[in-house]
Amino acid sequence: MSTPATSLWRTAWQQLRRNRLAMVCLGVIAFYALVALTAEGIYWYYRLTDQTPPYKQVNFDNRFAKPSLRHPLGTDSLGRDVLLQVIQGTRIAFEVGILTSLIAIPIAVVLGALAGYYGRRVDDFIVWLYTVFDSIPGLLFILAIAIVVGKGLLGVCLGIGLTTWVGLCRLIRGEYIKHRDRQYVLAARALGVKNFAIMFRHILPNVLHLVIISFSLRFPGAILTEVVLSYLGVGVQGEPSWGIMISDAKLRLWQGHWWELAGATAAMFFIVLAFNLFGDALRDALDPKLRTAEAKTA
Amino acid sequence: MLGYIVRRVLYVIPVVFGVALVTFILFHVVGWNAAAMMLGKHASPEEIAALQKQLGLAGPKWLNWEAAREGPWYRLFDSQWFFYLRQIVTFDFGRSFATNQKISTLILDGILPSLSLTVPIFMIDLVVAIGIALVCAYRRNTWLDRSIVVLAVVGMSVSSLVYILLGQYLLAFRWGLFPIWGYETAKYLVLPVLIGVVSGLGSGVRFYRTVMLDEMYQDYVRTAFAKGNTERRVLFVHVLKNAMIPILTSVVLSIPFLYTGSLLLENFFGIPGLGYLSVEAINSADFPVIKAVVFVGSILYVLATLVTDICYALVDPRIKLR
Repeated sequence: MSTPATSLWRTAWQQLRRNRLAMVCLGVIAFYALVALTAEGIYWYYRLTDQTPPYKQVNFDNRFAKPSLRHPLGTDSLGRDVLLQVIQGTRIAFEVGILTSLIAIPIAVVLGALAGYYGRRVDDFIVWLYTVFDSIPGLLFILAIAIVVGKGLLGVCLGIGLTTWVGLCRLIRGEYIKHRDRQYVLAARALGVKNFAIMFRHILPNVLHLVIISFSLRFPGAILTEVVLSYLGVGVQGEPSWGIMISDAKLRLWQGHWWELAGATAAMFFIVLAFNLFGDALRDALDPKLRTAEAKTA
Repeated sequence: MLGYIVRRVLYVIPVVFGVALVTFILFHVVGWNAAAMMLGKHASPEEIAALQKQLGLAGPKWLNWEAAREGPWYRLFDSQWFFYLRQIVTFDFGRSFATNQKISTLILDGILPSLSLTVPIFMIDLVVAIGIALVCAYRRNTWLDRSIVVLAVVGMSVSSLVYILLGQYLLAFRWGLFPIWGYETAKYLVLPVLIGVVSGLGSGVRFYRTVMLDEMYQDYVRTAFAKGNTERRVLFVHVLKNAMIPILTSVVLSIPFLYTGSLLLENFFGIPGLGYLSVEAINSADFPVIKAVVFVGSILYVLATLVTDICYALVDPRIKLR
């Protein structure tokens, strides 16, 4: 009797399931995702019905209220509920995390695949391109793109997305160099399969785990960067985001109003921590060798 | 070896050219409307045109065919792209829109304060992080090692903004241990340096620990143990020496991160460096200054990678250009 074949994904999942910390992190991520989805629903409901959403309702009689049952995280300088703003901030954080990945990962995969598979001139060009992008100081480059495109969510996402594809691109290129002379690739070529089909239908599934790992490790980075951008005033405009809350709370902290800062900071800390720990566990499960390879290039 | 170094030095030229190209596309092709953005809604078309001319944003972008047809042939190069290249070569980036000072002077004035902040952070972080990582490797897989790793990840998950806000509020404002704001004596630098070190420590420790543990399972380490060396000697003499290559890499790769860290620290503590200059320029939509700082920052990074690669070649004879 033979044991049923287990795929890489199934083995990795089994290993992850045994890792209690990783499962807790996954639970935290799922909870935040649910909160973000709810916030998205609230946002669209009030936007489509043209009402002032509760997280924007100003109440001057109730400014700087301390945390209470009615306002579990207190209120801010305009009497708005902090908890509701933290929830909306989760929505922005997830939008940034997902949109930046949708920009950066396709660029990294396509360029890395082309460079690694074709080699020579194509490789020279793409290596030159990512060396150039790598040379421009990260945060300044993001800021410059965000300003040129225009302040707001689009500017932030384009800024982060267009500057953070280099690390993954390098890894994918390295994998394609390894795979391009493997026997299954030679066989496909001998059968007359087109280059693009070989690259994206035959080789890509073998390097897809890199994409998954990269997604979970870049998400917290994107959240932290969004906060800094919003703090510097080039981020999301007119909507509550964790960065704007921290920026608003900066001066109030000195007057003893700590809850706005605490709310935004705590919300951000747990999701970033969960993603960091889960990303590590995922990487160990899918590709243990990557730990140092990544540390050395990224 | 000499051939490698020459080739590596020459590779700087296409990279700098690429940086110029990317920044040009960003600020002149995508951001062609900068003059209107800077002047606001109520500017007249004449004002916008005048500012565009002053910023080098007027006229054809790449090649000036019209002028070449009318006048002498070299008018072909009378375009924005060649104007920008000339700015780069002469290190004359024009004047700041907000303060009308020469940008090259602003940058040169900002470098020293920036370095006085980032160099100490960098050095202290390096020594402390490697020290802690060595402890982790020495006591690997014990409770001490594990709790340090958890602490490092926790430290990485806190926004640098929060470190700065809390550090400034608690240590300077509430307890009055340090000056809150300003750049006069070395005393003013202690707190920003401290905050910078703490906020960078988590990722540093984790990285160096990975590097050290990676070396621990190499054959030469087993050989060293087999020869009867003590654990301490193997760790501090054999492993540390071999871990120098990845450490050297990270030293260079941290340079841009230091730069971004100083953007916030300089802003919070009023240190008149390049980070402060950039934030001011961003707040006043001062495109020429942003462009120049981005370009100069990239050049510094390119030069830093060049130096490291040459150091590699000197340290490790196996390394050749690809």
